[in-house]
Amino acid sequence: MHTLFKSTIAIAGMTAISLLSANTAHAKVDGDTITLGSAISFTGKYSTNGIHAKNGYDLAIKKINEAGGVKVAGKSYKLKVKYYDDESTPARTAQLLERLVKQDGIKFFLGPYSSATTKAAAPIIEKYKVPMVEAEGASRSLFTKGYRYLFAVLSTSEQYLASAIALAAELAPKIGKKATDIKVAMVFENDPFSLDVRAGVVEDIKRFGMKIVIDDKMPRDLSDISPTLRKVQAVKPDVLVISGHSKGAATAARQIKELKIDVPMIAMTHCEAAKIVKKFAGAVDDFLCPTQWAETLSYKDKMFGSASEYDKLFKATYKGYKNVPYQSAQASAAVQVWKDALQRANSFDPKKVRDALSATNMKSFYGGIKFAKAGNNIAKPMVLRQIQNGKFVVVAPSKWASHPVNFPRKPKN
Amino acid sequence: MFGNLQILYAAPMLNLQLIIDGVLIGAIFALAAYGLALVWGVMNVKNLAQGDFVILGGYIAWYAQKTWGIHPIVMMPAVMVILFIFGWLLYITIIRLVINRDLFTSLLATFGLGLVIQQALNLAFGPEVQVATSGLETRTFFAGLQIAEIKVISLVLCSVLALIIILFMKRSRMGQAIRATSQDARAARIMGIDTDKVYAFTFSLNSAICGAAGVLIAMTWNIQPFYGITYSIRSFVIVTAAGLGNLPGVIIAALGLGAAEQYGGFILGLELQVAFLLIMLLGVLGYRQIQMAKLRQVVQ
Repeated sequence: MHTLFKSTIAIAGMTAISLLSANTAHAKVDGDTITLGSAISFTGKYSTNGIHAKNGYDLAIKKINEAGGVKVAGKSYKLKVKYYDDESTPARTAQLLERLVKQDGIKFFLGPYSSATTKAAAPIIEKYKVPMVEAEGASRSLFTKGYRYLFAVLSTSEQYLASAIALAAELAPKIGKKATDIKVAMVFENDPFSLDVRAGVVEDIKRFGMKIVIDDKMPRDLSDISPTLRKVQAVKPDVLVISGHSKGAATAARQIKELKIDVPMIAMTHCEAAKIVKKFAGAVDDFLCPTQWAETLSYKDKMFGSASEYDKLFKATYKGYKNVPYQSAQASAAVQVWKDALQRANSFDPKKVRDALSATNMKSFYGGIKFAKAGNNIAKPMVLRQIQNGKFVVVAPSKWASHPVNFPRKPKN
Repeated sequence: MFGNLQILYAAPMLNLQLIIDGVLIGAIFALAAYGLALVWGVMNVKNLAQGDFVILGGYIAWYAQKTWGIHPIVMMPAVMVILFIFGWLLYITIIRLVINRDLFTSLLATFGLGLVIQQALNLAFGPEVQVATSGLETRTFFAGLQIAEIKVISLVLCSVLALIIILFMKRSRMGQAIRATSQDARAARIMGIDTDKVYAFTFSLNSAICGAAGVLIAMTWNIQPFYGITYSIRSFVIVTAAGLGNLPGVIIAALGLGAAEQYGGFILGLELQVAFLLIMLLGVLGYRQIQMAKLRQVVQ
């Protein structure tokens, strides 16, 4: 019995030691390496975009390390990311972040993919006072809770389709109407992101005094929106706005084609992700699609060069990409923010680094980055692209537009 | 909601349009539901993976079109054969073990099976929505009535399949054996019917039918690894409404459900379209319960 007790203590002691050593091995700064942590979706429903984001993170890290790394207090450090797979489940994201902080001793974080998982991550980040720069959670609600350690490089979700409403107001005379006569039909998925998009749209509709004639919400597992589209045929709105991630976009595009829906302006999110041009060529011409970033924009920085140079580098690094998803571009930008902030903080103290992040004001290939007090990026607008002859071209805001907008749309079915 | 009713009142043709839309899509539901009725009636297995079989069939057709450019309709017989073999393998490995156990074992087993199919599809093809294209047009008739050719073809194919199944069940030896087994498995065994084989065949036939439905779904709507559940629910609603072993009932219930769903989506809004489905299931179950209670009293 006595020996058993002794051996138990010995085993317990050894486990404790090995745990401790494991801890130091993954500490945030080890030798000349700074380790960032991220729980992101490699499996489950967000896996495709999760991997796009990871590729973006990795590309920026490779580029930064090649260019000499990050200089803090006169010493050069290499960057590294410790990833865990959150299986696209918010609860898992939260668990894994606890683990990254408590077991792996990581103090600096990159975001997960999606608003839902970022929402689960934010309270953990706040609890341990460790800063996170996220690139994939756009929900407005992330920036209304007073989080101090969460920073986002992307434009928030309520801006996604609001610009389409402004554009409709501007173009109304072309179909012989006043802005206040414009009738809008809305179809939004019933999830936090899409409802944020909707809130932005509704706000702008009110601002211009337009009328909402259809306001339907898609459930998560719906592959048929034809009842709503039949309504559209009956009430003949001037603008149709749709947002429901890529499955909503694919469903809508397919049925708009099948039911030959003819509305002067159709705007929807996730056109690129749903590959609607490839799947429904012709029928989706003149759709308006908002995007966080496009390779044709004239943003540039020292590290990646211009947006189009980033595009080329990304395609050369990762095989199989025909277009670079904006999810990857913004992920790369988040890593750039880390480099910039760590260098300005000149310290590894999470509080000092947080203050440096908060004072970020930089130009990048992804656009300007300057954080509001709530942590969202206020220096970069959403751009609106139109599908013209099967190609995405920027049509608004006018400062970045490369082509005039086609209105009313003339689909080639 | 009242606004939507007003639209229907102002445009009577729209009612016809919704009914046609619903009936055409209901034909596809009928296929999957009939497979479920078969498995349920003959084997007493309530297959919760029904919808996932449908989606699996859709994925095979989509993949064949994407990689080899085979038109999904041409691919349909092949999909049915593949799913038939798949069903047979499942029967040998899983279903055979749960068929004589209590209700919950078979529910759990098929539920687990559904999860495995979903995740396998997700791992293999990713979570995006996929569509198989039929290359067919939508025709406009009098008063702006629109009918998509693919939906008409679906209806025809569904009818042909249903006819084949009816004839098969009535005429062929295997069909007779299936009916005999569903009436009384023990008596059938005594008469020399290999009930194990009948079960295997029934389950495989069901998955083949689901596969066919999946091909049509991939062409008319779209498919995603996690969409199976709504087809499972629809099948359950239809079968509980129509009763087991009642093919005409299944077809009528399916067409009715299709139309009811379109109306539900139109009047209550899309967000309640699937909820409407579930409410109908509850309604049907409640009605059946009352019916049964009456029957019990008669026996007393």
